[in-house]
Amino acid sequence: MNPAPSIVFFTTASGAGYGLLFWLGLLRPLGLVPGSQGFGLTALGLALVLITAGLLSSTAHLGNPQRAWRAVSQWRSSWLSREGVAALGTYVPAVLFGLGLLADLPGLTAAMGLLAAAGAVATVYCTGMIYASLKPIKEWRHPLVVPGYLLLGAFSGAALLAMLGGFWGDGAVPAVLALLAGIAALVVKNAYWGAIDQAPPVATAESATSLGFIGKVRPLEPPHTETNYLLREMGFRIARKHAEKLRLLALAAGFGAPAALCAFALLVGGGMGAAALTLGAVLALGGLLVERWLMFAEATHTVTLYYHGS
Amino acid sequence: MTCLPAPGAKKLGLVIDLDTCVGCQACATNCKEWNTSGHSAPLPDFKPYAAGQEGVWFNRVHSFEAGEGEAGRTVHFPRSCLHCETPDCVTVCPTGASYKRAEDGIVLVNHDTCIGCGLCAWACPYGAREMDDDQGVMKKCTLCIDRIYNENIPEAQRQPACVLTCPTKARHFGDLGDPDSAVSRLVAERGGQPLMPELGYNPVNRYLPPRKKALPPNAPVEDAPTPMDIRNPLLRWMDRVLSR
Ligand code: SF4
Ligand code: SF4
Ligand code: SF4
Repeated sequence: MNPAPSIVFFTTASGAGYGLLFWLGLLRPLGLVPGSQGFGLTALGLALVLITAGLLSSTAHLGNPQRAWRAVSQWRSSWLSREGVAALGTYVPAVLFGLGLLADLPGLTAAMGLLAAAGAVATVYCTGMIYASLKPIKEWRHPLVVPGYLLLGAFSGAALLAMLGGFWGDGAVPAVLALLAGIAALVVKNAYWGAIDQAPPVATAESATSLGFIGKVRPLEPPHTETNYLLREMGFRIARKHAEKLRLLALAAGFGAPAALCAFALLVGGGMGAAALTLGAVLALGGLLVERWLMFAEATHTVTLYYHGS
Repeated sequence: MTCLPAPGAKKLGLVIDLDTCVGCQACATNCKEWNTSGHSAPLPDFKPYAAGQEGVWFNRVHSFEAGEGEAGRTVHFPRSCLHCETPDCVTVCPTGASYKRAEDGIVLVNHDTCIGCGLCAWACPYGAREMDDDQGVMKKCTLCIDRIYNENIPEAQRQPACVLTCPTKARHFGDLGDPDSAVSRLVAERGGQPLMPELGYNPVNRYLPPRKKALPPNAPVEDAPTPMDIRNPLLRWMDRVLSR
């Protein structure tokens, strides 16, 4: 599948934004992050900027962005529609959370923080389900896709919250969470990549053409000599050796290194710790971009059976 | 509404004969010709007179090789929307633009509400939907809805453009929900097949398999030529003289 930059950026940025919103909404009422108004507003602001930038970037991918409002109408059947509803719905508690912080109303802040956290989980779950519900793409149908989206959102959000915590002198709890989530991300993505390499195809050139009764089916002549929408959008292929290198890069630099930096920051603390947490957050986001790009580049669609035979 | 309607009795669709299709591209061409001014008009072409030209087509004719050696075949294979009974291309649509008609099962796109997100094309296993990058909306085979119900054209012509134009009559249109229709009988007689049934989309269109090659029981033996096999009288005379 074509790794369109607008969607790669969207899922990375808004995933991190929802992760940040989730942890902030959950940890602040529990008193596990700095309780100052400045910290709360900065973290919430960053989360909303990331979420909004991601959502706007996703509309750049539409053929008719001015009609985007229609996308919230089909929540009964469509995960994309549900994602839209959840994303818009989450703004309500998130904004009230901000008002609570501004007006210093602990009760409202706690309630809205928890609601916003729930909205963040729901939105990222819907994002994952958009992909996981597409039957023609075996790499996306996999049961680890949705947990992967949730986990990576939690990981990048915790890394960002730890960074901000470091600036305010206390990023210990989010740093521990980022450390754990980073290790979990390493394990889950590694298992996912191993599994999709082994997964049997969802269909074959034989079943796609109904000609299997004659024997092995191979494409002889394509219907057109130039490319088309189908080949550009669904025929994108990445060389195996590049994919392997990029997987390693995402695992080591994107998940492993930030986890190690979090551990380092927990040990040294102070200014050095804050610097390590900042570097960790940047690496986590970079690693996520690579992981998301691969998520598309490695996905194969059954329409290529007609064009490539595989 | 992108929820699927309750299954209806009428299931309009195509039956494509892989035995007689000669891969001439006439159906693809006439489909483009009709539909570029029909229900989903226009079907744009980009860089039509330069390198890298591409455009929106509802029907694409592939050619495959199947099997090996003597038993192997070259098969021409037209690919268009199969008007599936339970297609995810409809249910994934966030706007309700992609829909399946309850009355005849035709799957259509409302170009006034489509936002061009492309999700339905990802959800179609068969590659039957192509984005119109000019209008920013998704387009697909309409089963020539503007011909089959068109009271302004003679009744005999109320058939899809691709069906009417096929020089070998490899395409048939009709109601596959009615077991007594001509298309249903054809499917029953020839063992018509669905494509990728394992995906669970329940395509309505059927493909008739190529017939078995009629191999003679023994290879033909060539007879020795008789004098009468030589047509030219002069050569025949020479043959007779020289054979003495
Ligand atoms: S062939 Fe594709 S576009 Fe047509 S109904 Fe089936 S899934 Fe939808
Ligand atoms: S491209 Fe249009 S028809 Fe297809 S899913 Fe998106 S809004 Fe629906
Ligand atoms: S039925 Fe009409 S729109 Fe569909 S492939 Fe045939 S000519 Fe094209």
